[in-house]
Formats: sequence, structure tokens, C-alpha cells
Amino acid sequence: MLAFTLRRLLQAIGVMLAVGVIAFAMFRFAGDPVNQMVSIDTSAAQRAEIRHSLGLDDPVLVQFGRYFINALQFKFGVSYQFRLPVSSLLAERLPATLELAICATLLAMVAGILMGVYSALRRDTILARLFQAISLIGISLPTFLIGILLIYLFAVTLGWLPSFGRGEVVKLGWWSTGLLTVSGWKAIIMPAITLGLFQMTLIMRLVRAEMLEVLRTDYIRFARARGLTTRAIHFGHALKNTLVPVITVAGLQFGSVIAFSIITETVFQWPGMGLLFVQAVQNVDIPIMAAYLLMVSLIFVTINLVVDILYTVVDPRLRSTVSRAT
Amino acid sequence: MTQPVLSVRNLEVEFVTRRATLRAINGVSFDIAKGEVLGVVGESGAGKSVTGLAVIGLIDPPGRISAGEIELSGTRIDHLPLEEIRRVRGKRIGMIFQDPLTSLNPLYRIGDQIIETIRTHTSLSESAARRRAIDLLAEVGIPAPEKRIDGYPHEFSGGMRQRVVIALAICAEPELIIADEPTTALDVSVQAQIIALIKRLGRDHGTAVMLVTHDMGVIAETCDRVAVMYSGRIAEIGPVQEVVRNPLHPYAKGLMGAIPTLAGEDKRLVQIPGSMPRLSAIPPGCPFNPRCAFAFDRCRVERPEPIRQGTQSVACHLFEPAKETAA
Repeated sequence: MLAFTLRRLLQAIGVMLAVGVIAFAMFRFAGDPVNQMVSIDTSAAQRAEIRHSLGLDDPVLVQFGRYFINALQFKFGVSYQFRLPVSSLLAERLPATLELAICATLLAMVAGILMGVYSALRRDTILARLFQAISLIGISLPTFLIGILLIYLFAVTLGWLPSFGRGEVVKLGWWSTGLLTVSGWKAIIMPAITLGLFQMTLIMRLVRAEMLEVLRTDYIRFARARGLTTRAIHFGHALKNTLVPVITVAGLQFGSVIAFSIITETVFQWPGMGLLFVQAVQNVDIPIMAAYLLMVSLIFVTINLVVDILYTVVDPRLRSTVSRAT
Repeated sequence: MTQPVLSVRNLEVEFVTRRATLRAINGVSFDIAKGEVLGVVGESGAGKSVTGLAVIGLIDPPGRISAGEIELSGTRIDHLPLEEIRRVRGKRIGMIFQDPLTSLNPLYRIGDQIIETIRTHTSLSESAARRRAIDLLAEVGIPAPEKRIDGYPHEFSGGMRQRVVIALAICAEPELIIADEPTTALDVSVQAQIIALIKRLGRDHGTAVMLVTHDMGVIAETCDRVAVMYSGRIAEIGPVQEVVRNPLHPYAKGLMGAIPTLAGEDKRLVQIPGSMPRLSAIPPGCPFNPRCAFAFDRCRVERPEPIRQGTQSVACHLFEPAKETAA
């Protein structure tokens, strides 16, 4: 088990190194940042000075080494547009994005699993069919459209919820949270639904399909022949077996939730990393883009690792094959 | 005569499909006494397993019991409300399925599965149920049960898993065990052990056993009585020695003739020509008539009813007293 974890950890480090190379390569190939920072009438000497002060005139390998060592210390350089360290810019935006992503994922999992289980157990009811229809809409409608529709309905027409921003936030150390104020909760509802809807429908369809599959297995029939209660069979035996693949998908989806939050954050002007990234793209602010790339991939790699380990916790069969393989 | 543990009368099971209603079981009647082992044999699709599932109430839609009565120690158990039949399952009737590799939930320790079943049917505490589970595992012949109780199903071999399944089936001391091909998926060497175990448990606890199999060797070795099923009906039923040595029904004769012996007589095994009719195309009259060497006109129009012949009962027009001379 330990060897398995270590091996996965090494693989994760390999992936991060590769992403680091790509992130660094952006500095080389995405145009000259100095031109972005200065006005047209800056003299060549001044340009060279800026270039030198940013270390852009050193050999490539030296620059990469420096970038790499700094990245390990979470120093991603200075934003070209804000003239502030990228790491503090990201740290400032991180809580907003994470809160949104976690709320969206929780919403997606809870609602998705409930709806999936219901529509598997009561396959022929009207409600189950309605869930199926809703899930089709959730899968096919693009995120930004759902966001705009929600804003039109609940913010513009009904005026119940704010159409942008995070509401009031409370500082807990360096972490700023919107989940302790009423306006914060109001503000997060629509973005969370928008961001989580796709995942919710995905999880719902997956749970439904898996559950139907599991309910047909011999051990469920045997559980019924043993006279266990319907509740124990459905929510003990069937659901646990259903959740094995769901954990993987939901876990991996958490990464895409963070990555996809770019769109949702733009629609709702949510002050998170995604919005920062979009602004950075518009201004060719490469340090931010590179750091964002590194961070998202770090999140993905971490989630993958956690999912792999969780998998063995849920499924004892994997536990023994894993320890046998080492 | 004492009351039989299981009494099935004129059981009919239908499967309603879009095209037609298929009758999988058509007028099956039999009794199993306390401590008795009844073997049910027949080709695949003869309705052996469906009969077992009907008794325990596990026929899933679109199938349904369309007629007949099933009594367990005098109380009717067909068409009970779901919650009441659930209390019968596992508690009064234990069931063993064919494939031990897939009968156990892979994500739960076997001990937890046994304890869960015990606690569903009795008021034992968690620790008492655990002690009982260890006793049960010891009884079905699992070595070091206090250690193995915390194992997961995949850590057991096929034969050991079937022992666990049997432990699960008997954990509430049921009156009846239905074993649906309990040895088919196992190695030959393990088969004998499992059969001996089922036989011993039936004897020790006075449990009635309904043993569904297509293995005549298992039947001859284990059962007190045997029912030969064909196309959803019982062709012949009687004490196992009589039916094996002196089968009356032409189909039973064919079945016994198809058993290879080691006695060395150099005769060819008898084959029954043709195959069993599909449920959608059961011929009128006796369902066996197209394959029967002795079939006469009446067999093609009139369905034979069971006729007593000594200790045996046979559904064949050949044994109709009035027709005996004609045949």
C-alpha cells in the first residue's frame, strides 16, 4: 500500500515536471512581454533595462532553472499588469474559486446521487422520467447559456439573487470566505448551480446506469433471498457497489470544475482565479497564465492521487492486488 | 401422516411478454417432509430453478405466479405482501445459488454479511451475532473461522465461498433450504464435499432440502426422493432408488439411460433425440410426445395427469389403467 502510494507520488511529480516545462515554454513563445508592458515611445535602452531587471536576457537554461526553483517555493514572478507577485494574486483569488468549486461539486454529488438512485429504483415513475429529461438538458446546454438564463430569471426578472460578485466576505486569516454571510450565500447559489449542473447530470446518469447494473447482480439476488430489508439492499449493498466508479468520475470532475470555473466566473464576475486568468489572457500576462497552468495541473494530479487511494479504501479487492503487486 | 414442510399444489408460473404469455411452470405439485432431501432434475429450461425461485417468492416481473398454492409448514406463502415474504426469506427458507463467486457482495467482509443476515432475523446483539457467525463458519467447515470471518469474499476459494453461502443460508435455522445447482460451478472434488455438507446439515437440523441440479450422480447420492421435470411439469416423482433403477416415464428412462457408468458394459449411452420445446412452442398434449418413442394418438391431444404407480407418480398415458392393455 505504501509502495503503491509512493509510486503514484513519483508519477505525479513526473507529470508536474512536464507541465513545468510547458509553462516555462510559454514565456519563450508567447511574444515579447516587454512590448506589452511599455508604451511605444520607450527607448531601446529602457527596454533593455526592463528586460534585464526581469531576467529575460539570461540563457534559456538559466531562466528555466530559476523559474523551476522559484516555482518550488511558490514564487511565480511578478504579474506584468498588476506589478504584484503572482503568488499573492493567486492566493487572494484562490478561496473564491475553491469555495465555488466545492459548493458546485457537493451540490452535483448530493443531488446527482439522490436523483440517480431514485431514477434507478423507481424507473417507471414520472419523476424519474423528468430527471432523465432534465439531465439531457444539463448535458447538452453550454455553461454560459445556463448562467445567463439563471441571471435573467432570478436576478433580472425576479430580483431574488445578485447577478454578480461574491457578496460580503469575512476574512479568516488569509482565507476570505463568503459562506458566513447571507449575501455571500445568496451570491454563490447561481454560480454553483451553473458550474455544477453538468457534473450533476453526469453523476446522475452514471449512478442510475451503475445502480441498474448492480441491482441485476447475483449478490443482490442472494441478499434478497437472505431476507434483508429493501432499504439494506438498496442503500447498503447496491449503493456501495455503485459508488466505486462514481468516486472516480466525481473526483476527476472536481479538477474540471476548477478548470471550467473560468466560464462561470466570467459570466458572474466571480472574483476567482478563473476571472484572473481570463484577464491575464487578454493582457498577455504570462506569469499569471503559467502559474495558473501549474496550479490547475497540481490540483488535477493531487485529485488523481487521492482518487486512486480512495479507490483502494472502498474496494477491498484492489487493496489486496495492490499489496500483492508490490 | 405428518405435515410436510413444503407443499406445492398445482403451481403455475407465467412470464408475460409483449408477444405472448409464456408458461414456465404448468401445474407442478410436490411435498417435502421434514429432514427430507428432494432432488429436482431436468434439462436446462425445464423449470427447475423457476420452481425454486417461486417457492421463495423471488420471481421478478414480468414473471408471476398465476395459479396454485405454496404452503410452508401449513401457512400459505405465495402472494404474501412483500414485507411478509421478506421475513420468510432467509428466516424460514434459506437459498443457495449456483455461483458462489458472484453470490457474495465483494465489498463487504463475509462476517459482516453473515452478522447482517443474523441480525435481520433475530434479536441477537452485534457481539452475539458475531459469535454465532463464527460457529456457523466452523459448522460449514471453514478452518480458523475466528480469523477468516474478517476476510473479504475474494480471499476465499470457490468451494470455501460456497460454504460461506451455505452458512448464510442456514444462519436463521430455516425449515427449508433451496439449493439451486449448488455444485455446478465447482470443481468435481469440491462438489462432493459441498453435497456432503448440505446432506449433513439437513440431517443434523431436520431441515427439508430442495436440491435443484441436472447432475444425476448428485441426486442418486444425496436425495431421498427425486422429481424429474420436463417443460414446466413434473414427469415423474418418487423415491430415488425406484426412479433411478426403474424409471417409468419415457423421459426419465432416457435421462437415466444417459448416465455413463464405470461398470464397463460396452453399450452406447442412450440419447434422447431432439431437444426440449421452447416455452413459446410447447406441443399440445404431453410436451414430451414429439421425442417419445412410445407416443400414441392420445399423447398428441390430451395432457397426461400424474398417476400413482406404487411409490412413484408418473404423468404418462402409458400408465393409464384403462389404456394399459391398449398400449
